[in-house]
Amino acid sequence: MSKAIVATTSLAGCFGCHMSLLDIDERILKLIELVEFNKSPIDDIKTFTKQCDVGLIEGGCCNSENVHVLKEFRKNCKILISVGECAIMGGLPAMRNNIPVEECIQEAYLDGPTVGNNTDKILPNDDELPMILDKVYPCHEIVKIDYHLPGCPPRADLLWEALVALLTGNELKLPYEVVKFD
Amino acid sequence: MRTTVKSIIEKYNNDKTRLMDILIDVQKEFGFIPDEAVEVIAEGCGLSKVDVNQTLSFYHFFTKKPVGEYAVYLNNSAVAEMKGFASVAKAFEEEAGCAFGEVTEDGKIGLHETACIGMSDQEPAAIINNVVFTNLTPAKVKEIVGQMKAGKDVKEMISAKGDGKNANELINAEVFNNIRKKGEVIFSDYEIGTALKKLGTMNPEEVIDEVKASYVRGRGGAGFPTGLKWEFCRKSEGTRYVLCNADEGEPGTFKERVILTEVPKLLFEGMAVCGYAIGSKVGILYLRYEYKYLEAYLENVLAEMRASNLLGKNIQGIEGFDFDVRIQFGGGAYVCGEESALIESAEGKRGEPRNRPPFPVQKGYMDSPTVVNNVETLCSIVKIMNKGSEWFTMMGSRESAGTKLLSISGDCKYPGVYEIEWGLRVRDMLEMVGAEDVQAVQVGGPSGVMIGPKDFKRTICFEDLPTGGSIMIFNNERKLIEDVVTNFTDFFIEESCGSCVPCRAITVLLRQRLQKIIDGNGVMSDIDELKDWAEKLKVANRCGLGQTAGAPVLTTIENFRDKYEALVQKDIDFDSGFDLEASVQASCAFVDRTPNL
Repeated sequence: MSKAIVATTSLAGCFGCHMSLLDIDERILKLIELVEFNKSPIDDIKTFTKQCDVGLIEGGCCNSENVHVLKEFRKNCKILISVGECAIMGGLPAMRNNIPVEECIQEAYLDGPTVGNNTDKILPNDDELPMILDKVYPCHEIVKIDYHLPGCPPRADLLWEALVALLTGNELKLPYEVVKFD
Repeated sequence: MRTTVKSIIEKYNNDKTRLMDILIDVQKEFGFIPDEAVEVIAEGCGLSKVDVNQTLSFYHFFTKKPVGEYAVYLNNSAVAEMKGFASVAKAFEEEAGCAFGEVTEDGKIGLHETACIGMSDQEPAAIINNVVFTNLTPAKVKEIVGQMKAGKDVKEMISAKGDGKNANELINAEVFNNIRKKGEVIFSDYEIGTALKKLGTMNPEEVIDEVKASYVRGRGGAGFPTGLKWEFCRKSEGTRYVLCNADEGEPGTFKERVILTEVPKLLFEGMAVCGYAIGSKVGILYLRYEYKYLEAYLENVLAEMRASNLLGKNIQGIEGFDFDVRIQFGGGAYVCGEESALIESAEGKRGEPRNRPPFPVQKGYMDSPTVVNNVETLCSIVKIMNKGSEWFTMMGSRESAGTKLLSISGDCKYPGVYEIEWGLRVRDMLEMVGAEDVQAVQVGGPSGVMIGPKDFKRTICFEDLPTGGSIMIFNNERKLIEDVVTNFTDFFIEESCGSCVPCRAITVLLRQRLQKIIDGNGVMSDIDELKDWAEKLKVANRCGLGQTAGAPVLTTIENFRDKYEALVQKDIDFDSGFDLEASVQASCAFVDRTPNL
């Protein structure tokens, strides 16, 4: 059997979910036996070079680039998984969703205490920059997501077991502690 | 201001359970309830400011901002929309010079939307400073706003007087009864006081037995056997209360308004009979705020009844039979039609339903045994006492004895109130009201069911199609999903008390999904997911509002699935409806940039 191909990305996230993936420690060697990584920060492949089996998405979408990347993933991956709170629900970045985006930009670039001396009142509007969305969207509100792995971040064991279950066709056990944290 | 508020509180003996009355009076006095008044009320009633604020924030007609010298409350129910709400609203905005939800700069005119005000047979209708305006047209609105600008008294602005007692000088309203069919129970001739006189020959248990033998069931919609309710209450220890539920907030009902206008003595006599049967001396009529225009008239009716010993002490010479009624107004909240929420509200609190058990018959008003009966139920009791239970059971269907008042509105020639025997076929009803080309009938208001022609052979009764009285008819030109289901769902979102999360959250999810389908972004699985969510509402909420909030979606998917299917895309199985162009618009405009998608 050929190896399954996995792609990963971090959108509006903190890379914590990727760090958690690295927390599978020595099992990463086993993982390499099971899968081949394509587009991912782990191997620094920037663009898809082939059709993938599994895409792991960390983070929701806060700007137009996130949306483009997510849509790319949907096109190139058979199975798409929202990994962690931000991908599933928007997470911390979505705290801005109750504030108009204009006010957020105003605070970040003009009024905020850490702004310094933006005396020319410059707002980032270069064509090269991603455009900010009106709010932060969870991934499933943009494209179809097949599975959700809960956690902030999902613990390494869960990521490991989920991948193994998916690749071996076995059922994933989701004990109470994995989905309930308090 | 402090002295005015203080004198209002004193009028109610600084009683915190009369907070609703205090807030109503303060709101009326100032056109809003200022923070300072909240402080004075809290101090005077021995409450915290939070207590006062949480009650006042619950009700639609209590506000912390001025509502305008002339506060226009225009009904936005589904039937109002069918009858021209949009053009009337536009006329108000243009003439007044402010949008709905706002007050004009000079503070003179405020425009507000409100849920069904019980005038579905004469829509569009609005309440302005407790005066009702019906059959509104843009031309009529122009005239009204002109008069408001000139500072005319609202009472003098009405263009016509209604029929029957609506023309009584104490009501003097532009409201029409439209009684199209009188039946044997509610609108039959009778002599006032006969039932009360008869009580002299019966003990309370015999009265309860007679009510039980009549098989009369609650007319508010739930259909609980009235006699049984009375018996349970009588068996509970404590000071007992009779509460009459006249909150009729279910969009499309207006029959209680007509009863209260034409035969209020029948109702109060029924309350007194209940008082005798369960051993209660205190009756409270909980009346929705929208019917405030009936207050002076009803108070006068009560005074007349006291004068002729139909209320008061030793009624009709029966030693020890004391009973009196006071009117408790609500503040604009649909959920207060739920009996335990109604009790909470009557005690001066937020109208949030209680956990049951204990039921009101065990622990109700003031934690004492309480019977809560619908207006129509209590009226029926009087006729049962007069003519006997056997006479009553001769009418109606197998499990539904007697008659029922229907409030019929929408697409028909003769909207109004009909007293029919239970068991009437829908098809016969439609013929009776002159409805043609009918696409759908909403039986029992938004919380009921929407049926199509294949179900017109069914009958209106508890065992088939139960209803508290609301019937809305939609012809083939109406867009059921776009205009009706969305309107009903918006109504539940607005009226949810927010206590149970599923009711507060799923209603919004349903509305968003409906919009997605209407916008053309829906797929087949959206219909199934709508159904799934709506079904969860049935089991995951405390009260009837939450349990039935998914009914518009559920019953239309069941009976009009083709209409949903016609709106969704069939060539794809997923569409999130996400619109990148729209979502970057605000930020790009703010930073002065042309979106490059």
